[in-house]
Amino acid sequence: MTTTPDLVLWVVLPYACLAVFVVGHYWRYRYDKFGWTTLSSQLYESRLLRWGSPLFHFGILAVLLGHVMGLGIPKSWTEAVGISEGVYHVLAVGVGAVAGFCTLVGMAILIYRRRTVGPVFSATTRMDKVMYLALAVVILLGIANTVGGNIIDHYDYREGLSVWFRGIFRLDPHPEIMAGAPFTFQAHAVTAFLLFALWPFTRLVHVFSAPIGYLWRPYVPYRSREDRLGQRRGGRGWERVGENRRR
Amino acid sequence: MRVMAQMAMVMNLDKCIGCHTCSVTCKQTWTNRTGMEYVWFNNVETRPGQGYPRTYEDQDRWQGGWELNKRGRLTLRAGNRLKNLLTIFSSPKMPSIQDYYEPWTYDYETLTDAPLQEHTPVARPKSLISGKDMDISWSANWDDDLAGAPELAKDDPVLQKVSDKVRFEFEQTFMFYLPRICEHCLNPSCAASCPSGAIYKRSEDGIVLVDQDKCRGWRKCVTGCPYKKVYFNHRTGKAEKCTFCFPRIEVGLPTVCAETCVGRLRYIGLVLYDADAVLEAASVEDDRELLAAQRQVLLDPDDPRVVREAERSGIPRDWIEAAQRSPVWSLINRYEVALPLHPEYRTMPMVWYIPPLSPVVDVVSDTGEDAEDRGNLFAAIESLRIPVEYLAELFTAGDTAPVTAVLKRLAAMRSYMRDINLGREPDESIPEAVGMDGESLYDMYRLLAIAKYDERYVIPPAHAEQAHGLEELATECSLDYEGGPGMGGWGPFGEGSGGTTPIAVENFQALKQRQTTNTLGDPEDKESRVNLLNWDGKGKPEGLFPPRPGQDRGAPELMDGTDPDAETDPKP
Repeated sequence: MTTTPDLVLWVVLPYACLAVFVVGHYWRYRYDKFGWTTLSSQLYESRLLRWGSPLFHFGILAVLLGHVMGLGIPKSWTEAVGISEGVYHVLAVGVGAVAGFCTLVGMAILIYRRRTVGPVFSATTRMDKVMYLALAVVILLGIANTVGGNIIDHYDYREGLSVWFRGIFRLDPHPEIMAGAPFTFQAHAVTAFLLFALWPFTRLVHVFSAPIGYLWRPYVPYRSREDRLGQRRGGRGWERVGENRRR
Repeated sequence: MRVMAQMAMVMNLDKCIGCHTCSVTCKQTWTNRTGMEYVWFNNVETRPGQGYPRTYEDQDRWQGGWELNKRGRLTLRAGNRLKNLLTIFSSPKMPSIQDYYEPWTYDYETLTDAPLQEHTPVARPKSLISGKDMDISWSANWDDDLAGAPELAKDDPVLQKVSDKVRFEFEQTFMFYLPRICEHCLNPSCAASCPSGAIYKRSEDGIVLVDQDKCRGWRKCVTGCPYKKVYFNHRTGKAEKCTFCFPRIEVGLPTVCAETCVGRLRYIGLVLYDADAVLEAASVEDDRELLAAQRQVLLDPDDPRVVREAERSGIPRDWIEAAQRSPVWSLINRYEVALPLHPEYRTMPMVWYIPPLSPVVDVVSDTGEDAEDRGNLFAAIESLRIPVEYLAELFTAGDTAPVTAVLKRLAAMRSYMRDINLGREPDESIPEAVGMDGESLYDMYRLLAIAKYDERYVIPPAHAEQAHGLEELATECSLDYEGGPGMGGWGPFGEGSGGTTPIAVENFQALKQRQTTNTLGDPEDKESRVNLLNWDGKGKPEGLFPPRPGQDRGAPELMDGTDPDAETDPKP
């Protein structure tokens, strides 16, 4: 029997946040393509950034991969290919701890830099501050889960939280699973979804412009001047129709 | 052969007096905005000097441009694509604001509102980056006119390349100015470095532009450009660069820097080039062969085969004609007096320079000899190794022969023209000595010395002549009133976020209001203006006349719109 708060927290909230996430990105892209940027502050300061930014970004990319593994792939699949619970556990905790540590240190350096370097701080918007707070809470709770949920008090999220998470995308939500999860896992899930709702309105949108295509595209892009109102078509009156026409 | 057209520029350094008019007008036009305070799309450097940003020519440090890898293939000096992507989170070779200079303003307010005191109040410099008090220690022109040269000029990367003897003697010999804009290269390394593909080369006229909606602020172009002519707008988080004033070029006007150049030293025109040959020319093994390779990429617009190919690739007839009359083509390949800046960066730059002859002439006349006698001048060019070697490091990757050849032609032009000016029989052996004939030497004189406006600028309109008027792309923006949407400012996601309001929308609103209003030409809200064209003469629209004093409409307003209650600023 699921109570109303459970229903709100584990069904309504996720769907609402995901809806804001998707529609928000669409809206932001349409409304504010110009504002869609990393808003780099490297011009002001690069000594701290050189360490903090790669630590954080590579760390969080590893964390993302870990989440894809842990949340996206059912336990039965990994067991089918012969990865036992023990092996998986050691792998997840080991890699997860290193990645989490890098992320945490990187984030600490970046927040310290943002607060103490004058020009960087004065270029920080209110939205940045909210985003930093949300991101820090989510990451700290996540690390607490890695440490607490795996080492101190064992909680097998792959049979709990992950099933609920996949259920959301299969349109088959099971709020009762989350109702029984440890508090830090609950908190991590809720704050993460709130972060998703915040996502499109912050500089985090730059995640979706990761320039992977750079690896394949030609070095120098050429573009034709756009056709515009009043633009004269090429070719003179006495030239044959269809000859030497500029686009 | 794939013929493409390129808008290019040549600057005649002999005429540059270092007045910075080009820099100032360019700044007023393009970069007088927050986030761009430190940016000069056009700057004028004194050589020898460190340049702007400091020592940008030291590519061992800044890793700009292209180089040949071990297999002889052209790669970005900053690294291959994968390395470029992996260093995206903290660009390792990006100049900091200190390498440009920390922009500042002065606290002028204290001059007027400081309390009465014994000492005169001063306007202190305030950083435009942090807003704090600052000490001014560098700027874009700190070493202008060799200021501080004994200390600063030794860090000039070009000077460091020439021999010790030169370094020892340079103080007593020479100085000249080098105006720089974006080179609009045929093989732009900024575009090649951009992970987002936001920097592109326009296929019609070769102008290199940044798509502001596509740029994501990865900063790689700043490293990629060896001339450091792509700048990072620190408020919008986007890259910006010289646009070759494309809105002006499109309607046949020269760029702002060229138009306002006091010395009339800039030439703008089209060149046709073979796009298929660019990569091969940029990959020539020997740095010193690059000048010749680049000259060969440019195609002779009078060659019927080239004209045919140009027509086939869709270049309009009037553009081909403009390319035939192009002063840039003449100076580069007909008279061969223009040289590219740092061809060894392998970007195939398209702003070329005529090296200065003046120091040579000055030195000769100081000795009391006839400075315009051919024999004296030629001998001086040979013996004055200093400027030639320095110029060679700038323009020909260190090869002095082409520079000497150019200087000889310029000297020959002076000698030849002096005979004509003095009414003597022109000495045809002079042009012969530099491989030219009298007629072309005279034409060159006409282009360089008379330099008529329509000969300096041969710019075919971009087949968009009416776009400007029809699209209301006016240079002024009617939304730029105080607090209006055109004023910019911080949107919810940072500087300048949010869409721009097309000017047509305002007209639409005004029209709608006119059609639906109850009163005749009497706007109900205060912000709308009085439209006299729409006023039918009946009644008296509010705001048309200032209210009379004593009327019950509140405090009288002054004719000029100033509020009498406001504090008047004391006049300085």
